[in-house]
Amino acid sequence: MSILVIAEHDNDSIKSSTLNTVTAALAIADDVTVLVAGSNCQSAAQSAAKISGVSKVLVADNPAYANQLAENMRGLIVELAEGKSHILAPATTSGKNIMPGVAALLDVGQISEIIKVESADVFERPIYAGNAVAKVQSLDTIKVITVRTTAFEEAGDTGSASIEQVAAVCDAGKSTFIGEAVVVSERPELTAAKIVISGGRGMGNGENFSLLEAVADKLGAAVGASRAAVDAGFVSNDMQVGQTGKIVAPDLYIAVGISGAIQHLAGMKDSKVIVAINKDEEAPIFSIADYGLVADLFEAVPELEASL
Amino acid sequence: MKVLVTVKRVIDYNVKVRVKADGSDVDLNNVKMAMNPFCEIAVEEAIRLKESGTATEVIAVSVGPKACQEQLRTALALGADRAIHIESEAQLESLNVAKLLAKVIEQEQPGVVILGKQAIDTDNNQTGQMLSALTGMAQGTFASKIDIQGDKAVVIREVDGGLQTIELAMPIIATTDLRLNEPRYASLPNIMKAKRKPLEVKTPEELGVSIKAHTKLLSVGAPAERKAGIKVASVAELVDKLKNEAKVI
Ligand SMILES: Cc1cc2nc3c(=O)[nH]c(=O)nc-3n(C[C@H](O)[C@H](O)[C@H](O)COP(=O)(O)OP(=O)(O)OC[C@H]3O[C@@H](n4cnc5c(N)ncnc54)[C@H](O)[C@@H]3O)c2cc1C
Repeated sequence: MSILVIAEHDNDSIKSSTLNTVTAALAIADDVTVLVAGSNCQSAAQSAAKISGVSKVLVADNPAYANQLAENMRGLIVELAEGKSHILAPATTSGKNIMPGVAALLDVGQISEIIKVESADVFERPIYAGNAVAKVQSLDTIKVITVRTTAFEEAGDTGSASIEQVAAVCDAGKSTFIGEAVVVSERPELTAAKIVISGGRGMGNGENFSLLEAVADKLGAAVGASRAAVDAGFVSNDMQVGQTGKIVAPDLYIAVGISGAIQHLAGMKDSKVIVAINKDEEAPIFSIADYGLVADLFEAVPELEASL
Repeated sequence: MKVLVTVKRVIDYNVKVRVKADGSDVDLNNVKMAMNPFCEIAVEEAIRLKESGTATEVIAVSVGPKACQEQLRTALALGADRAIHIESEAQLESLNVAKLLAKVIEQEQPGVVILGKQAIDTDNNQTGQMLSALTGMAQGTFASKIDIQGDKAVVIREVDGGLQTIELAMPIIATTDLRLNEPRYASLPNIMKAKRKPLEVKTPEELGVSIKAHTKLLSVGAPAERKAGIKVASVAELVDKLKNEAKVI
């Protein structure tokens, strides 16, 4: 068995989602190759070579891969698929964008967002917003898989893999990157943070999120949101936690002014400790919270900040 | 220009699904079914393309058992012009559906195909991307804005870091994210009118697609339940618990 892991990176460094994916790959087999496809991405390749357990890094360094457009990436990955038993990518928006096309070109199925490796061809994955867990067996010779990053630890950085350049250039010419409105924040990344504090519709408006930010800064936490808060324009879409947003599983998740709809719970119920602050004592969020505080958030959150 | 929009019949998003006692699957008996919410957004976008004069015809497609026609009628009531039902009782996987849709695209030659980014039952998030690979059409997934400008389309995508803008050569496949639009409701007169709109039924055999299984469902279990914890009386008690009991701060 030989596994290809598609790295997520920004050309300079490897994103932590790649480290979780390598751990999932190593649970399947020992022979793990990482593909770093980008433009001027040699330094990302260098850091990929240091991931523990990786035996080889393939680097496809070409402008065609600068923004990892799906049409170009899937062409490249299919060329590199020969002899591979599994192709894995993190179940991030990037991996989700690329991998199903890879599967289709290889005429195989995709197993999305695995949370457990049972054997080389049996995996567990959540379905129905995480209200059920399916155990599925792949019947294909090449298994195309995306990995729920919160379900696997990050691989270490003690590796010394060989680096090999790949010459193949796949430019489908269908799609052009125009720009990106990336939200820059000094705070930790939502999906990798040890503590997350999220606000919902109860926050009332975007300015009030500064109450959460003040707590986040004291705790070194990331700030998240419910769909309702994003839809209302309080905060940007990259902060949405849930079934159809980001999946988080921090040590501590603090839900503020969030009712606890199943779609929101799907994104945070695997957190170690859950705190809910809500003025409605009947709010469903309390049924999964370790510590519930029935209170007006506009009093409780500033008090919390002051006491940290 | 034709717009093709896909519609999946799924469990209603308000219903919390239960696992069957024998662990073979989820129990959908007597469960309320509805159009997948992301497909509602797709239908809305297709109709708006027609209303703005960009599209001339909206064709709704659904793949699955006969009951899917209910969701196709909903799409017709919302404003689709005609519907195609690809009838199959089989357990269909994304690649099966994508292959069937690719055949419909071959026949209908739409300029834009809009799908939901994921269905809330399997949560797979695959079909649109597979369809793009099979047809060679460009893909704009997780779209929060679709702007057709002649022979190209500018799509704004919801990505982990924020928003990404890409330009695609037409024809395109787009998949919808939550902020693309707010779907309308069907009016009673339109629901009545929809009953007379054309709905064509095809089979996978007629389309020349054989349904192959790529995975086998071994079992379905309930996720680990979280037990409700305690209510704390004050912020001070909360901070104390987090520090000294949970030891997370
Ligand atoms: C297809 C689909 C996908 C979805 N995906 C997601 C997803 O990924 N993530 C997600 O979060 N949702 C998702 N949703 C939406 C979900 O169903 C809920 O609508 C949403 O989570 C509600 O957000 P909320 O809890 O902030 O708002 P509400 O349900 O309106 O709850 C607001 C809460 O704030 C409390 N509150 C108000 N004022 C105060 C105050 N002053 N002090 C204390 N508490 C206060 C209220 O008591 C209430 O409990 C999805 C829905 C669909 C249909």
